[in-house]
Amino acid sequence: MRGDLSHHLEIKGACASYGRIQVLKGVDLTLGKGEVVALIGPSGSGKSTVLRMVMGLTLSTAGEIRLDGEAVNYRNPASLRRLRDRIAVVFQQYNLFQNMDVMRNVTIAPLKIKRRPRDQVVADAKRVLAKVGLADKLAAYPDELSGGQQQRVAIARALCLNPEILLLDEVTSALDPELVNEVLDTIRGLAAEGMTMLIVSHEMAFVREVATRVILMDDGQMVEAGTPQDIFDKPQTQRARDFVGKILRH
Amino acid sequence: MLERLADEIPRFFSWSNMLLLGEAMAITLAMTLVGCVLGFLFAFIIAFTRQVPGILTLPFRTAAILFVEVFRRIPFLVVLFLVLFFIQAVAQGTSLFTVAVVSICIYSTAYIADIIRGGFESVARQQIEAAQAMNFSRWQILKSIIVPQSWPVVLPPAVAFMVGFIKDTSLVSQIGVFELTFRGRELNNMGFSGILVFGTIAFLYFAISYPLARWGQWLEKRLAR
Repeated sequence: MRGDLSHHLEIKGACASYGRIQVLKGVDLTLGKGEVVALIGPSGSGKSTVLRMVMGLTLSTAGEIRLDGEAVNYRNPASLRRLRDRIAVVFQQYNLFQNMDVMRNVTIAPLKIKRRPRDQVVADAKRVLAKVGLADKLAAYPDELSGGQQQRVAIARALCLNPEILLLDEVTSALDPELVNEVLDTIRGLAAEGMTMLIVSHEMAFVREVATRVILMDDGQMVEAGTPQDIFDKPQTQRARDFVGKILRH
Repeated sequence: MLERLADEIPRFFSWSNMLLLGEAMAITLAMTLVGCVLGFLFAFIIAFTRQVPGILTLPFRTAAILFVEVFRRIPFLVVLFLVLFFIQAVAQGTSLFTVAVVSICIYSTAYIADIIRGGFESVARQQIEAAQAMNFSRWQILKSIIVPQSWPVVLPPAVAFMVGFIKDTSLVSQIGVFELTFRGRELNNMGFSGILVFGTIAFLYFAISYPLARWGQWLEKRLAR
């Protein structure tokens, strides 16, 4: 099994609500260095909320999140900034800045937020964009690109932040089927390079292939966790058997 | 009546009268421009203030909302008199032009603040969340994302409001600022035919507003690209 034992990211007993509806009811999760953990489960089970909570876009109502053993205080701007400096997220709807071209989208944060030297940032951006196959689209605006291209720009944007951990939120679910593979190939490459990732995905074959661990969620709780083989081939709980049975029939 | 008009026309379009009306036009334009440009600035500050969360900024937010809600619901003429009497009470000797500019500024701030707020709210929440996740500060989000993206939504109605407001500044004649309408009444009192005088005044308002309105439409088309 890949990854060392030091727990990079740790979520303990996390709860979250949207208004009166409790969407997370005590989630525990650890993500070690070099691990690829996949969150799977039916829609509305709270998978995306876990990622939003880690990034501080949704505040937890209970529980704790630790990064390298240190508790993150999401209400403290400095603490939140340190976390966001080390973790990057790619959203389901890409969320590229509509008023900026590809190059600007990818370089604005390294330049303006991380204040890295311009030639280094530009060289990095070109290298990463070439890696995701978009070297010829540097001057294009998001609305001139296909969904798959936009999503690859979004991945490049996240990578140019040099994150230690990458969160991927259903990055292929907004894409046309023929565009899914170009994005999955990019993520496969990252996994092969040892990038630590927490991914939410409905692409079960893909999860099985790249994940080191799989966590099945339902109704804001974790139902079952284990290696892909454990979860997909010999699920222990009835709920997991139901879910796996349903998705394998598709 | 036509004979009388024909008789009056050469006397009315004298150099001194034209100079008088030219100056009045300049005053009308100047107070609208200064008032509305300052108004736009203050409106921007108010719109920004309204979207900063937190308990510390609550008093500012409340003040900003109160200001907008109150002044949008008071007729401009009443604002004008309020400002006039307030300024007379605290700073005698202030020029009437200043009173007019301050009133226009207050009124346009309230209106434009709401236009800008609408523009800010038109920016997708996900755009802002993506920036937050990358550690953009509130100010950087405003500068790099919200303003560039809401600009095309804000500018057309804001320009339309300012151009439309040129007409409403005629109310300022009520306190004796030497703008177009005031000069019109003056010339009328001097014995010139009301039809001639206010026909000319009407044309001059049109002459100021029309090119500006066209400019606004051009701007809208350009921004829509």
